[in-house]
Amino acid sequence: MLDISDLHANVSDKPILNGVSLHVPAGEVHAIMGPNGSGKSTLAYVLSGRPGYQVTEGTARFLSRDLLAMEPHERASAGLFLGFQYPVEIPGISYLQFLRESLNAQHRARAQAELSAGEFIKLAQEQARLLGMDSEMLKRPVNVGFSGGEKKRAEMVQMGILEPKFAVLDETDSGLDIDALRIVGEGINRIMRAPDRGVLLITHYERLLEYVRPDRVHVLMNGRVVRSGDIELARDLEREGYAEAAA
Amino acid sequence: MTAAFPARSQEEWRYADLEALKPVWDQFAEPMTLTVGPREKFEEVWLAGAEDVQLRRVRLSLGAGAKARIFALNNAPVYGRIEVEVSLEEGADFELMGANIGTGVSTNEIVTIVKHLGVDGRSRQTVRSVLNGKAIGSYLGKVEVARGAQHSDAEQSIKAMLLDRGAAANCKPELEIFADDVKCAHGASVGELDPVQLFYAESRGLDPASARALLLEGFVMGLWDSARDRDAIRSASSEALRRVV
Repeated sequence: MLDISDLHANVSDKPILNGVSLHVPAGEVHAIMGPNGSGKSTLAYVLSGRPGYQVTEGTARFLSRDLLAMEPHERASAGLFLGFQYPVEIPGISYLQFLRESLNAQHRARAQAELSAGEFIKLAQEQARLLGMDSEMLKRPVNVGFSGGEKKRAEMVQMGILEPKFAVLDETDSGLDIDALRIVGEGINRIMRAPDRGVLLITHYERLLEYVRPDRVHVLMNGRVVRSGDIELARDLEREGYAEAAA
Repeated sequence: MTAAFPARSQEEWRYADLEALKPVWDQFAEPMTLTVGPREKFEEVWLAGAEDVQLRRVRLSLGAGAKARIFALNNAPVYGRIEVEVSLEEGADFELMGANIGTGVSTNEIVTIVKHLGVDGRSRQTVRSVLNGKAIGSYLGKVEVARGAQHSDAEQSIKAMLLDRGAAANCKPELEIFADDVKCAHGASVGELDPVQLFYAESRGLDPASARALLLEGFVMGLWDSARDRDAIRSASSEALRRVV
């Protein structure tokens, strides 16, 4: 589903990714772990097309299409979703308006019928309920005045509404308390665990992986995948630290 | 007796379209006077009309502990001016949220003079301008803190978005402080949309043009988030924005 091969990328002319290769088949959840500065977030931004992240070598294909040749909004319409590590505030625009316009833009790009205001509100309220978010919050400006945990939960509500084929989740677990972590973990399973969907889960900690059991765990260090394994690898990392486990 | 016609050498008229003003000056020469009594609350929404030249000149006095909030859309086809001179007694609170939305060769300006006369007063002015073509949008904001008006807390936030090379924004904060224990802050920026917000919107599926339009809407609509009665000003500004973007 997602095929990354020998990917190199720079940020401000500094090499951050130094040859990442990854293959995530449909139906699987892969976790990427790694210390600070190892290139995890850069990988997420490169996959979603953030300006300022230059790919210098290698390829990334998504559902057999050249992902790197697509604009960010085209990647979204193709079914790619990025869960932001630091969700962005947009004053003056309510969550309902933001997500309805986004979803309908994706539907237009895929030549699907658009949702009416009523249909959309029903969908949004249902997704908010499933993730334990007060649906009144959807009337507020995007992420304005939300706590760190509320923003992360709202990212998952967005994912539930947009129903991507593939999600790259960048430290979705940071800033969540234990109960919220469980709810978010269940949300990821409910929305993304399907034979035709996939997830790349970027995290520092092993705890979220106890809720969202990954099929594979990869360790990223210095812009490269240095080790891959199953969930036992994540448990080793939690116990021994990166330096030890990746050696 | 009609007040003398303003001259460009007067600071508060520096960016005005005096030619457009001349024929209608008699109607606007005298500012309207409003008084909000002690501990009373006042909130008003000012919408733009359809006339080529539109002025609103108000002198507002706030008694001790009074609160006033004004939400103003300035969007005249030729010349629009919103002018508020406000005096704050002890503990009074004044907020102005204003937008200049200009197109063509229009001039729209917001001018405030905020006088902190008593202690513990609080004032906020937030002005957003969206301009295309050769439109001019200005904000001139003066804050005067009188001797003895300790713990005055004044803040101005001014931002402008220019959509064409010929458009121009002026912002001029001015402080005159005669007390030594006060907080007066101001920030101004003229520029581009936030690239991080743009990327966030595009990553959700909006093409660059739609993302820009949405963010410009938010740039202005954020002003009205706290208004009690915001439907009319929201729809008037979204209509004005549609003509500009």
